Amino acid sequence: MVEKQGPGGGSGTVELIGEHPILDFQRGEKVLFFFDGKEMEGYEGEPIAMALHANGVRVYRETEKEHRPRGFFCAIGKCSSCFMVVDGVPNVRTCITPLKPGMQVETQHGNGSVPDGKD
Amino acid sequence: MKTLSTEILVIGGGAAGLSAAAEAASAGAKVMVIESDLHLGGQLVKQTHKFFGSKDEYAGTRGFKIAEILLNEIESCKDNVEIHENTTVTGFYSEDKTFTAMRGEESFFHIQAQKTIVATGAQERLIPFVNNDLPGVYGAGAVQTLMNVYGVIPGKRVLMVGAGNIGLIVSYQLMQAGVEVAAIVEAAPRIGGYWVHAAKVRRMGVPILLGHSIKRAVGDRTITGAYITGLNEKFEPVGEETFVDCDVICIAVGLSPTTEILSQAGCKMMYVPQLCGLVARRDMSMKTSNPDFFTAGDASGIEEASAAMVEGRIAGLSAASSLGYLTEHGKLDEYWSRLQSLRSGEAGARICQGIECVLVNGWEDGRNG
Ligand SMILES: Cc1cc2nc3c(=O)[nH]c(=O)nc-3n(C[C@H](O)[C@H](O)[C@H](O)COP(=O)(O)OP(=O)(O)OC[C@H]3O[C@@H](n4cnc5c(N)ncnc54)[C@H](O)[C@@H]3O)c2cc1C
Ligand code: FES
Repeated sequence: MVEKQGPGGGSGTVELIGEHPILDFQRGEKVLFFFDGKEMEGYEGEPIAMALHANGVRVYRETEKEHRPRGFFCAIGKCSSCFMVVDGVPNVRTCITPLKPGMQVETQHGNGSVPDGKD
Repeated sequence: MKTLSTEILVIGGGAAGLSAAAEAASAGAKVMVIESDLHLGGQLVKQTHKFFGSKDEYAGTRGFKIAEILLNEIESCKDNVEIHENTTVTGFYSEDKTFTAMRGEESFFHIQAQKTIVATGAQERLIPFVNNDLPGVYGAGAVQTLMNVYGVIPGKRVLMVGAGNIGLIVSYQLMQAGVEVAAIVEAAPRIGGYWVHAAKVRRMGVPILLGHSIKRAVGDRTITGAYITGLNEKFEPVGEETFVDCDVICIAVGLSPTTEILSQAGCKMMYVPQLCGLVARRDMSMKTSNPDFFTAGDASGIEEASAAMVEGRIAGLSAASSLGYLTEHGKLDEYWSRLQSLRSGEAGARICQGIECVLVNGWEDGRNG
């Protein structure tokens, strides 16, 4: 039932709802972004977490000590489960951060460290 | 660091916050709405079903349409409303009466306001079971965000935990989106939600297993199944475990009010089980023990959008009138009678008990809004 999964769980299939009895989805422009270096497609302006999920990616980070995989949980920016490294910045709440073209999204290992030259 | 200032700050742009902003702005006050999500509307924008409640609160209208109605109202007084989306209020420092806020994840600024309405809504509860941290264990609100706002399929087969209104409605919405619902497990011996919603999902062939709960989730990196079990009257697991094939476990076991900012502002708080958690004590004008802070909506107790909108109106009205803006005479009484009629049903009795506990008969400082 579960398709072949990459390290982050990417199934390689796009999992979007086509026809819906009530809703009509207004999606942004199709853009390319990178997940752990792998090129993926998403819609500009949708949260990064949603774009990843549509690409079959479920694992967004790993915990510091036990290396437990984590995905998202609340999707409203309140639980810290979906932290990832985005364009070099760790601990980004990907559930409420909009996707931009060319974004480099990486699985976060542990608590993340402050990038050089920024604080 | 940049400091923005406003007369009335509304934290949270859901049903309560938008109603508060519309009410205060139409009285003439300058209002700033801060919303952490990418769009205004809160929980409303995720609801595809027609709402219960009363006509005044748009019963019979689908949730996301109610959000559009509120946004149109805000648009009509837009000169008085400043909106910041994708911006989170991260704290309040009472020493210098300043809020810290964060636009996106990297740009910070300060906010100063004369009056603040905290309409931050609620957050999803999680129950303990083995592997409840695995990706694929999602809050019901998150599942709704995925499929109803962004059109992303949450998974192939879902185990729903909780048969309250949220669990039932989200199960139905999943099927609308073409996702299979394996079963709904509910620890209590009866269905918590409205009968019509339960009947709908049952008709579609989804078993609702009362007196059952999830014992452990299964999966290496992500969810590949779950074991469920029956519960006795003490809620202890009994009998054999049954395996459920699923790739998503949706948690719909209730919400807790989001109240950190109220605590930081020194508002007197109280744990009220009927309102689902820690909430601020308030008077009839929704004013807290800190005369500059008001509360409304799920943040003041988990209820429904209909009540959240009326509470928002009360808070907006009171905040504006406390700043000297003229408000229509008798409006407060009208709103309270609407609240009372919304709370007159069976579910309302519990809410009324809770409200009775937190409500104060005016604050001693005599500075009643
Ligand atoms: C599945 C489901 C079905 C429902 N069905 C019904 C129904 O039929 N009838 C009914 O009346 N009600 C229904 N409700 C309930 C209703 O949706 C909620 O009670 C209502 O939306 C609460 O409104 P609110 O404004 O208090 O909170 P919310 O809508 O949750 O809004 C709070 C907002 O505050 C923002 N926020 C929080 N913290 C911050 C911060 N620090 N900084 C900036 N922004 C912040 C959040 O992002 C959010 O947008 C349902 C709810 C669900 C989940
Ligand atoms: S999923 Fe909870 S903060 Fe993003």
